[in-house]
Amino acid sequence: MKLLVCVSKTPETTTKIAFADNDTRLDTAGVQYIMNPYDEWYALVRALELKEKFGGSVTVLNVGPAENDTVIRKGLAIGADDAIRINANPKSSLFVAKQIANQAKEGGYDMVFFGKETIDYNGSEVPGMVAELLDMPFISFASHLDLDDDQVATVVRDIEGGTETATLGMPFVISAAKGLAEQRIPNMRGIMMAKRKPLQVVEPIEAADVAVAVKYELPPEKGAVKLIDPENMDELVRLLHEEAKVI
Amino acid sequence: MTKNGLEHAAIERRAKVDPFQGHDYYQIDDLLEEDHLLARDAVRSWVKQEVTPIIESYAERAECPTHLYKGLAEIGAYGPSLPLEYGGGGMDDIAYGIIMQELERGDSGIRSMASVQGSLVMYPIYRFGSEEQKRKYLPKLGSGEFIGCFGLTEPDHGSNPGGMTTHIIDDGDAYILNGAKMWITNSPVADIAVVWAKDEEGKIRGVIVEKDMPGFSAPEIKGKLSLRASITGELVFEDVRVPKENILPNVKGLKGPLSCLSKARYGIAWGAIGAAMDCYDSALRYAMEREQFGKPIAGFQLTQKKLAEMITEITKAQLLAWRLGTLMNTGKATPAQISMAKRNNVDMALTIAREARQIHGGMGITNEYPVMRHMMNLETVLTYEGTHDIHLLITGMDVTGLNAFK
Ligand SMILES: Cc1cc2nc3c(=O)[nH]c(=O)nc-3n(C[C@H](O)[C@H](O)[C@H](O)COP(=O)(O)OP(=O)(O)OC[C@H]3O[C@@H](n4cnc5c(N)ncnc54)[C@H](O)[C@@H]3O)c2cc1C
Repeated sequence: MKLLVCVSKTPETTTKIAFADNDTRLDTAGVQYIMNPYDEWYALVRALELKEKFGGSVTVLNVGPAENDTVIRKGLAIGADDAIRINANPKSSLFVAKQIANQAKEGGYDMVFFGKETIDYNGSEVPGMVAELLDMPFISFASHLDLDDDQVATVVRDIEGGTETATLGMPFVISAAKGLAEQRIPNMRGIMMAKRKPLQVVEPIEAADVAVAVKYELPPEKGAVKLIDPENMDELVRLLHEEAKVI
Repeated sequence: MTKNGLEHAAIERRAKVDPFQGHDYYQIDDLLEEDHLLARDAVRSWVKQEVTPIIESYAERAECPTHLYKGLAEIGAYGPSLPLEYGGGGMDDIAYGIIMQELERGDSGIRSMASVQGSLVMYPIYRFGSEEQKRKYLPKLGSGEFIGCFGLTEPDHGSNPGGMTTHIIDDGDAYILNGAKMWITNSPVADIAVVWAKDEEGKIRGVIVEKDMPGFSAPEIKGKLSLRASITGELVFEDVRVPKENILPNVKGLKGPLSCLSKARYGIAWGAIGAAMDCYDSALRYAMEREQFGKPIAGFQLTQKKLAEMITEITKAQLLAWRLGTLMNTGKATPAQISMAKRNNVDMALTIAREARQIHGGMGITNEYPVMRHMMNLETVLTYEGTHDIHLLITGMDVTGLNAFK
């Protein structure tokens, strides 16, 4: 079984957000990066568990510049067998999806894993695009994935207020939500072995950046809290109506 | 344990979030390699998951979280710089230092569990042991199946270990070991002890004593107000027959134990930075949030002086440790250089812990924050592995050539 896990690099969750170049991009000064937790904790670990049970291999893939190698090595330290980095500085989801789809086609993978979103831009766009480009079924927000002996997968997916269970055959694309697996912390041996595992760097294919972010804005600062006397309900209603404009 | 409200709330709160973030004012990360960063990230995650949620409660009860011995093995904290084939991690000395830093960021006692096992038990067996001893003990120590301890200090010989009276006498196929050791980390729970004793010629030798050898006992030392989550005990030997194959064949003299101490002291130089960073991190966060006289206390000059000096001292200590690490990696570090870093960095950490304690005001004396625990722990770290003053005398002797010990 050949499993592909796509991993991305995201700013650490406590990063203070600021923008640069006329608010067209994140100001990366002083930002510390991590592997996107949905990719690392859930997608990668579940892929490794399936490999451990059924045999095969797990490849991690990232579309990004050489600085991303640390994140890729972490994937190898956690247990992936090899890695591919597509050497590009992506600006749009479709660009990334085309690169991944191209690699995935060449590699002939049985499952392509993603996290349900990256914790920076929260787009949730790439997995669906990749599935479409590969003409494969796609299940998003998976919180449970099992494979029976006939290689039929059962996937439970989180939906608003409940869950949905689906069965499907390979190959398919899946995006991982919380619950799919438990975080694995790499050990020192894994970190040293990761140094010797292959990390292949490939050049990107031609693809246009068709939808590019042109401006970012921070949410408005939270104002001071207004305390209203519990006796004065009329005032509360008036403020909710006239100032907050929610009723 | 009485689960009174305050204590319980504190544990619950710490259990939920450990907001610690590393501090790197001089971009020292640029000097580190990928595996160093990965190791730091891994051990930091492990500490947040396994140590922070429980440490206050174990420290309060003065109980050793013995389940962490196995966890430390799994993460690879025992002898990470020993070769893979003997149960080590095959890493360099900077990686080892960083692992110690992250463990001590959690608690000096947890770091002590790992330093003793790796530097004071596995290292001497690796460096001075026979091939059979290495094969017999190292993989088990590396995997945490065996816990080890290191017996050098005696009731009457602490700073002057060369004066030890514990001794071995040749008795055919075995040595007869007599004497007592004191202040031995891990001893009550240890499966083996690396014990330093004088032979009939008065030369110091290392012997591996196993826990069930008749005449050997390891009572616990109670009443410690420092390093409370680490277990400490004595080693008592009454005519213990130690088979001759258990003597470390490849070293004689004080340089045996001292070379182990060099390795452990080097780790402490990094470890202390971890404790200091945790105190600074907590103090900085608290000072930004806590308001008095209508503004955050971080806005007052006196608080800023404390915080600014803390990060300055941490940065200096980081550079010292990093440089010492590069010297260790190339085999060029001298024991005197290691003494300087151990002394400086532990003292720096203790000063920061005390200042950070003040910034936290009354809250600083509770276990709601890690600061007072670090402060109490660091009193041990200041004393063990060579006291603060003894390391000063080592530097003094190194620069003057004059011995001021006696
Ligand atoms: C919690 C804990 C764990 C420990 N774990 C271990 C362990 O695992 N294995 C082990 O072997 N040991 C261990 N030790 C022992 C530790 O290394 C000793 O406590 C330390 O070396 C100091 O010895 P001492 O306590 O006998 O103090 P002493 O040597 O009696 O020193 C008392 C004071 O006198 C000063 N002093 C001594 N000689 C001189 C001098 N020539 N000039 C100036 N001042 C001097 C010292 O600096 C110190 O301030 C541990 C200690 C503690 C507290």
